[in-house]
Amino acid sequence: MSDVSDRLYRRRRLVNGFNLVASGLCAAFGLFWLVWILWTTLAHGIAAMKPGLFTQMTPPPGSDGGLANALFGSLVMSVLAILIGTPIGIAAGTYLAEFARKKPLGEAIRFVNDILLSAPSIVLGLFVYTLVVRQMGHFSGLAGGIALALIVLPVVVRTTDEMLQLVPSQMREAALSLGIPQWKVTLQVLYRSALPGIVTGILLALARISGETAPLLFTALNNQYWTHDLTSPMASVPVVIFQYAMSPYESWQSLAWAGAFVVTVFVLLLSVLSRAILLRNKVSHD
Amino acid sequence: MASTSTTVSSMTTAIVDANRRNARDTRADGLFRRVVAGAGVFVLITLAGAALSMLWGGREAFLTFGPGFLWSTEWDAVNHTFGALVPIYGTLVTALIAMVIAVPVSFGIALFLTEVAPNWLRGPVAAAIELLAGIPSIIYGMWGLFVFVPLMGAHVTPWLNDHLGKWPLIGPLFSGPPLGIGMLTAGIVLAIMVIPFISSVMREVFLTVPTRLKESAYALGSTTWEVVWDIVLPYTRSAVIGGIFLGLGRALGETMAVTFVLGNAHRLSASLLEPGNSIAATIANEFTEADSDIYRSSLIALGFLLFIVTFVVLALAKLMLNRLSRQEGAK
Repeated sequence: MSDVSDRLYRRRRLVNGFNLVASGLCAAFGLFWLVWILWTTLAHGIAAMKPGLFTQMTPPPGSDGGLANALFGSLVMSVLAILIGTPIGIAAGTYLAEFARKKPLGEAIRFVNDILLSAPSIVLGLFVYTLVVRQMGHFSGLAGGIALALIVLPVVVRTTDEMLQLVPSQMREAALSLGIPQWKVTLQVLYRSALPGIVTGILLALARISGETAPLLFTALNNQYWTHDLTSPMASVPVVIFQYAMSPYESWQSLAWAGAFVVTVFVLLLSVLSRAILLRNKVSHD
Repeated sequence: MASTSTTVSSMTTAIVDANRRNARDTRADGLFRRVVAGAGVFVLITLAGAALSMLWGGREAFLTFGPGFLWSTEWDAVNHTFGALVPIYGTLVTALIAMVIAVPVSFGIALFLTEVAPNWLRGPVAAAIELLAGIPSIIYGMWGLFVFVPLMGAHVTPWLNDHLGKWPLIGPLFSGPPLGIGMLTAGIVLAIMVIPFISSVMREVFLTVPTRLKESAYALGSTTWEVVWDIVLPYTRSAVIGGIFLGLGRALGETMAVTFVLGNAHRLSASLLEPGNSIAATIANEFTEADSDIYRSSLIALGFLLFIVTFVVLALAKLMLNRLSRQEGAK
């Protein structure tokens, strides 16, 4: 009898120990890929770094060049996307948090927004293609910016909604009891309190679009030359990476690595920065 | 007498002023409300617009090929006949491989971060895993193409050929040329990409399990594993499934990483080691080269199918996740 329970006990201990060790291995497995991918990008990227990267244009096959026009195109389209996506996103988030907390319409918007948040970005590219590119008759930086704005939008909506919901209701009541109209309360009291969170959301959105390739492939297309004309096709770093990495030319592949390095460093810096803002804010609140 | 009348008149002006300001504030508030509500509705319109525009763009393909579009394997740009089965198959198979790998690993990571790891280790490891989610998919693609594919081709594929390839039943899955690119490689890369999403959902919901419940189980002599398997997991079941669906939605729609390592081959093959295609990769590879309306329309129709599938999967995920929070709120 005691022999049986003894054996059972030992078996349970064994199963427990085995599974807990396995869970540690799973975590190590996840970290392993992270380190490997980052290491590859850093090693190849630093090797491909050169001064001309930021001043020279993307080269034709076989010759030397840089990524200046692609970096500029990415900057322009990202700024455009933030300029379009952020105001609409903040307004929609405000509606969700301040006017439609438990209403069916608010729930529907929240539901749809969460789906947009994880929707395949290539689908948004197709949408903007039929909406903008088809109507204009040609690919353009403007279309690229709009496609990226559709990726910014749900991120900003979500964070604004969440951050405004965290603002204590006493603050609203205190301000309203002074006779301040609601729009002023929202703009001058609530936004001020939720600002760090909203800024974090915008930074996260920026991080997401700066590596985004799929929606740009057939909206902004690509351009071998420098352009600041929003109605013409525009180069971007991710699309150039895609084109050059798939090519058989070594000089192009090396430029692709340099681009990958720049994008990765930028994205990681943004995510560290947004974390720091959130953390500092949390500390000052406590 | 005169002073009273001025007081009265100044009071009346004050009241009139106040009324006017009130009216102005009400108007401004109404306007404000309409503006933000409009922005909210814009979000709804975006999603509906995306679906409708793709249905419209793909109508030519749907009308020309009929329902056969879904199960035809032909993809011939020269003769303008298109069928979606190969990309659909590739999308489903790669996502399935990704889930087979990612779900147990994510569960392990969540278990490690909530029950096993010492406290000082939890924050940094969780942050590092989430960093994995922040890396752009094109970086996964490049790493996959230049580092992972050669490794798969040189070591993993031959090994699979020699060992699993001769097994009955699953043998055909693992026999094929040692190219390195293919469904299996794409599935593994996808798995790495969705692990952070699934594990962070699991970790968050595991933390919502009431301590009382876990302590009761411990008091009865349960081991940590038994508490997680018999208490934590059943309590959070719906949200865990929601998290898995969220990862599945990501895996189905992922474009760039898959495009790099899948091989862009319109061929249906039983082997996981053969190159294939997925919906997203087909669109990314061929859209700008599509030289006829029916070609472009077929690609948009593919996009519409992808959109519908991911919409359903993500909607299910959301419903499952909401279920736990409602159950939490009811208490």
